[in-house]
Amino acid sequence: MDTNPQEQPAVELDQVTKRFGHLTAVNGISLRIEKGEFLTIFGPNGAGKTTLIRIMAGLMAATEGQALINGRPARDHDDQARRDIGLISHQTFTYGQLTAMENLVFFARLYGVQNPADKCGRLLEEVGLSKRAHEPVRSFSRGMIQRLSIARALVHDPSIILLDEPFTGLDQHAAETLKRQLVRLRDEKRALVMITHNLEQGVALGTRVALQVAGKIVLDQPAGQVDAAHFNQVYFEKVGEAHY
Amino acid sequence: MGFFQSIYVIAGKDIALEMRGKEIITTSVFFSMLTILVFGFAFDLAHAQGQQFAAGGLWVAILFSGALTMNRSFMHEKENDCLSALMLAPLDRSAIYFGKMGANLILMLAAELFIVPASIVIFNVDVMERFLPQMAALFLGTLGFTAVGTLVAAMSVNLRVREMLGPLLTLPVVAPALIAAVKISGGLINGDPMDELWVWYQVLAVFDVIYLVAPWLLFEKLVDE
Repeated sequence: MDTNPQEQPAVELDQVTKRFGHLTAVNGISLRIEKGEFLTIFGPNGAGKTTLIRIMAGLMAATEGQALINGRPARDHDDQARRDIGLISHQTFTYGQLTAMENLVFFARLYGVQNPADKCGRLLEEVGLSKRAHEPVRSFSRGMIQRLSIARALVHDPSIILLDEPFTGLDQHAAETLKRQLVRLRDEKRALVMITHNLEQGVALGTRVALQVAGKIVLDQPAGQVDAAHFNQVYFEKVGEAHY
Repeated sequence: MGFFQSIYVIAGKDIALEMRGKEIITTSVFFSMLTILVFGFAFDLAHAQGQQFAAGGLWVAILFSGALTMNRSFMHEKENDCLSALMLAPLDRSAIYFGKMGANLILMLAAELFIVPASIVIFNVDVMERFLPQMAALFLGTLGFTAVGTLVAAMSVNLRVREMLGPLLTLPVVAPALIAAVKISGGLINGDPMDELWVWYQVLAVFDVIYLVAPWLLFEKLVDE
């Protein structure tokens, strides 16, 4: 296998299947996400989207098939594969009793970031939390924690960013801040994969959209070609067929 | 990041978390003191016969302290799924175990700074004469208990009944270390020759080695999804 990361797709899934007992959460999905691509995945609850993201992140082993990150197996315990990934989940991955700065510095040190305090100060500035940097995270609102969560995911400058419903629970201001961040990351030619239920938002941000239903990708097309009415029609047809 | 540096960073974070809330140290010291006090009232400790219970009393108090410490040790990781964030980081996953175990060991030794002097006073025993052997037994026993307790806490972090299951799983496993520790502490108080106690030191040391090597090999499999 050619492992030169420059020549490899950012994320490559090859016939990935994940079963939990009798339940098949992900059913033979193959995907290729290039550097600079922003894939938005839609789908009803229980379609296996979060499972798919966790397999891409290397947090979960596929029952069959494999996930490659810049040509390296995501589950090969390869330090570099893990360095390439930044994950923003609906869980915040933050410690409530530590301050925003302490949280970021902790994760920066785990990733071996040079001058972690400087880097974290800049990131907090970018997400608009510099004034609250030394306050405990438990005193933050949901939107502020989500912004901190974005800073945490970017602390090691990953080339691939995975987002699992990042807009959940955000107010208008926080959602706008997150959108600006995502546009910037997209323009920096990083690879992004985002799960969302908001069609308008997902199509506006993504360069490519996919629909996952019952563990399968049933639609995958460039965002520019998406016709909202047609997409909605396909969505309800496929979801109806899957008997959700 | 190097293995030992990762351990240091994770242990440092756990100590910083504890310093904010002081939940573990406060509750574990409180319950341990209460245990020692109950033992103090239960036995006539002014007489030599009463002092025979001192080693048992001390280790029961440490057991209480340890059970509370271990139960809480993975709670912060569970709260916002921080364990997943740790698993995502480019480090040897056993470093997560050793970092958390290191923090637990420091917290237990800190609690013992209160428990041991209280035991000396209430059980009316002289430990200064054989101070270093006593401290060695205390350290080895605490290390063994922490090694097993942290491993069990990691295994049960996703279970609903973890607070009940933790001590239930830990106590039978640490029994050999506890017996050895009580034998050493009691023997030292009673003035038994070191030759007779040496075998118990060996039991403790072997126990510690086994339960430090096993998590190094198994931790990743235990916490993996």
